[in-house]
Amino acid sequence: MSVVNASGGLIGQPVKRKEDDALLRGRGRFLADLALPGALEIAFVRSPHAHAEVTRIDCGAARALDGVVAVYAWDDIRDTVSELFLEAEMRIPEQVREAIRPLSRLQPVPLLADGRVTCVGQAVVMVVAADRYVAEDAAELVEIDYSPLPALVDPLDALAPDAPVVVPGTEDNLAISVEGKVGDVEAALAEAVHVVTERYRSHRYVASPMETRGVAVSLDPRDGSLTVFASTQTPHRLREVIAGTLRLDPSDVRVTAPDIGGGFGQKGVQYVEDVLVPYAAHRLGRPVRWVEDRTENLTSSSHAREQVHDITLAADAEGRLLALRDDAVINLGNANLTGLVVPYNTLTHVIGPYVIPSLDLRVRGAVTTTMMATPYRGAGRPEAVFAMERAMDRLARKVGIEPHELRARNLVQPENMPHRTGLMYRDGTMQTYDSGNFPELLRRLVGHLDVAEIRRRQRDGDVAPGKRLGVGLALYIEGTGLGPFESGSVTVLPSGRIRVATGASSQGQAHQTVFAQVAADALGVPLDRIDLREGDTAAIGHGVGTIASRSMVTAGNAIHLAALAVRDQVLADAAGLLGVAPEDLEIVAGVVRPVDKPEAGIDLADLAARRAPLLVPGTSTGPGAVISETTFFKPPTVTVASAAHGAIVEVDERTGKTEIVSYAIVHDCGRVVNPMVADGQVTGGVMQGIGGALYEEMEYGPDGQPRSVTYMDYLVPTAAEAPPYVLDHIETRSTLNPLGVKGLGEGGAIAPPAVIANAVEDALGPDHVHVTRGPLTPSRVKDLIRAASPGVTSER
Amino acid sequence: MPEITLTVNGAAHRLTVPDRMLLTDALRDRLGLTGTHVGCEHGVCGACTILMDGKPVRACLTLAVQAEGREIRTIESVAPSDTELHPVQRAMRDCHGLQCGFCTPGIVMSLVALHERAATAEVPEDEIAETLSGHLCRCTGYRNITAAAHQALTTPCPHDTAAPTAPASAEDARARAERADVAAAGVGGGAARADAAGVEREGVEG
Repeated sequence: MSVVNASGGLIGQPVKRKEDDALLRGRGRFLADLALPGALEIAFVRSPHAHAEVTRIDCGAARALDGVVAVYAWDDIRDTVSELFLEAEMRIPEQVREAIRPLSRLQPVPLLADGRVTCVGQAVVMVVAADRYVAEDAAELVEIDYSPLPALVDPLDALAPDAPVVVPGTEDNLAISVEGKVGDVEAALAEAVHVVTERYRSHRYVASPMETRGVAVSLDPRDGSLTVFASTQTPHRLREVIAGTLRLDPSDVRVTAPDIGGGFGQKGVQYVEDVLVPYAAHRLGRPVRWVEDRTENLTSSSHAREQVHDITLAADAEGRLLALRDDAVINLGNANLTGLVVPYNTLTHVIGPYVIPSLDLRVRGAVTTTMMATPYRGAGRPEAVFAMERAMDRLARKVGIEPHELRARNLVQPENMPHRTGLMYRDGTMQTYDSGNFPELLRRLVGHLDVAEIRRRQRDGDVAPGKRLGVGLALYIEGTGLGPFESGSVTVLPSGRIRVATGASSQGQAHQTVFAQVAADALGVPLDRIDLREGDTAAIGHGVGTIASRSMVTAGNAIHLAALAVRDQVLADAAGLLGVAPEDLEIVAGVVRPVDKPEAGIDLADLAARRAPLLVPGTSTGPGAVISETTFFKPPTVTVASAAHGAIVEVDERTGKTEIVSYAIVHDCGRVVNPMVADGQVTGGVMQGIGGALYEEMEYGPDGQPRSVTYMDYLVPTAAEAPPYVLDHIETRSTLNPLGVKGLGEGGAIAPPAVIANAVEDALGPDHVHVTRGPLTPSRVKDLIRAASPGVTSER
Repeated sequence: MPEITLTVNGAAHRLTVPDRMLLTDALRDRLGLTGTHVGCEHGVCGACTILMDGKPVRACLTLAVQAEGREIRTIESVAPSDTELHPVQRAMRDCHGLQCGFCTPGIVMSLVALHERAATAEVPEDEIAETLSGHLCRCTGYRNITAAAHQALTTPCPHDTAAPTAPASAEDARARAERADVAAAGVGGGAARADAAGVEREGVEG
């Protein structure tokens, strides 16, 4: 299984995944695969309107259908449950409150429509039946009358003074406003030689994990306690939300995440269905399950990315940045469930890897009658990078230098690390880039792209007939490894196996393998003696989960520290038995042995067995009875990962199709634990970014109807759209954690929308064409080409 | 309710199923073969791909009654034993061709069909690309799946540092060398789908 058998030195090796054997044999256990004998199944009746009063609900015919067990509308359950409110997302540190006085008006969400619907796909009625076929039949029999209200789709329209209010009882649709200011932007603008002011839009696209969401619940008939299986990234948080909403004691709710078929943030928040399904099980006293279908996933699981940025960049004659002003509006959809997460990420990442003395940043969130937006891979950063890196290209044009040269003149230099931006980060610390080498990222990228050769070919017309050649690049930084904490425990079992547990929860990130590498290295045992237990509130008492590029930083270091503490225990035990000082012992392949007398070694199994004194009269029953340590790693703040991405594209003048000839990545996530897995994370993220850049859009009509509700219209890219990659890493270790690691999961997805837009504009001629939004579908590109033709001045 | 007789992974089954029951549900809920996954239920994602009489079929677009008299193979039948993997499965593991693993069974089944044809006739490069373009994967970005397909059908993959993949014959080695430098990308169903949408959108906005 592993390529390295000796203990030690596993970190940094491309160890093959422990997960794969079962998954390849069809022995994975995803949510829908779990056998719950006698489980009832649920279907939801969802709103066909973007905005409407619900004037009548009649469930009589549905209830009368053979096989239907229960049908619930909000009035049937409101007295026994609370509204959905994600308290963990809402916590704002005191320093942030005092320093920037953010507005974050949160919306507790009724679990089913409370007299009004505010987006297409909102759950109105829940049907519980013998199987899904019957449940869907019954759903069709539910009669609901709606009185439509005006739809509100665009976030700028939603902030207009005369806009109708989406959430009853609020004054307006402004739910979030955060600001960050450094220096004097007005003075900088006055002295600037070059100023660009542009509006850029990030379009709405979605996580679209291949496994949809789902929840299955069983009950212990003895005490009614619930075991909730959920396709979630955050089991511990979900336990709190279920217990809080259903008014249960958290200790009566166990949440288990089985194999999870991708999440990308969409499964990192908690939804009404996550508490409604346990509600049904609890109320009916029977096992129940709900598996989302694809159209539900596209319309009723969270969306992301829609932002409008009004951005101004100012520079001196040489192109040195003097000021950045950015006023961004986020389309939050019909509820503000995740508070400052996305807005504040946008605010603190628009600056990127550059030194900018004056900043005037504002991000607002508007409520509309569309599906709510929550964090999705990158979580506010791709949008910020799209605006900033597009504006950098326009500025380079004004200054009259290559885009990469403009960037080179403004990068934070490695000798100036740690670098402070002057802004406060979301965790209440002053935003600090702990380490990185941005010039090296850029230097390597420009080499991989061979920009000089692209320029020569463009000058010489060295391109296939009917094609336009372009090159584009973008850089980003990413605060990764978000706190507040993650848990890790390491136990040596009397069998000699090592049990590792954590609150992190994999959705494909190879935790079984990479956390085993970390623990095996620290402890000195072979990889195949380690068993990881995660994604289960019963495996460890506290945890956060796998979101925000955090797991290797937070859980990895927690496991590392726990394993080192266990190592100390093991060495102390062996030292006593062998009469040798601990510092004269080593652990090799799971055996503790004197350095100068290896044959006298004792296996960890024997040490663990000797530590089990419960059967021995007169010995302690305290914590020393097992060799085990639990740690909680609390990072001081985020650690900053970085990357430079670039693409060479050919645009077909006739069809408008963009082909990525080469996509180059130079990536820095600190110390790499498993380069094979790391490369996989990066390329997977890049493909999602390319999907957003060229193909994917969750589009709403002006009537509030979503227009891409199946995979025939929502275009997730296939292997045919995957470009040739150049994938390069540099490694500047984090100074903020013992392993020196930085987060990895989201990064790949952050840059591609900006990179592709920059490359397409370069191909079409920046003097004639201005790419202000994506996706760059063939039709949109043809519009750009047409608009650039003589005699046509309009532009989309 | 109709009664059907079918062979699944070598075993004969007689099932009574509602007319409208999908083959995915019959395999998963009636026979307990949950390795066949349901990703979209409209025939795009390919996660539910099984082999019916040796050919890849979307089980989510097939009614159980359509399987009457057919021979069906699912992911559970692919590995030769509990300790060995099929060459396609091995290549997917060695090339890191899966992350969450949800789409994997469908991809493996399509590649197994291709692999079986490769035993008797050479599989053209563009057919590998065509086959893979019938499957959505949201985790990997496809690079390693494409590498795995090539390894299973021809060439070594970049991550394969440990497992020996020595060619069985000199002829084999030549074939590998020739194919090693062929770019993975090709035109497949996905590209066609994206283009079609573009054209359609133009029509609407026109």
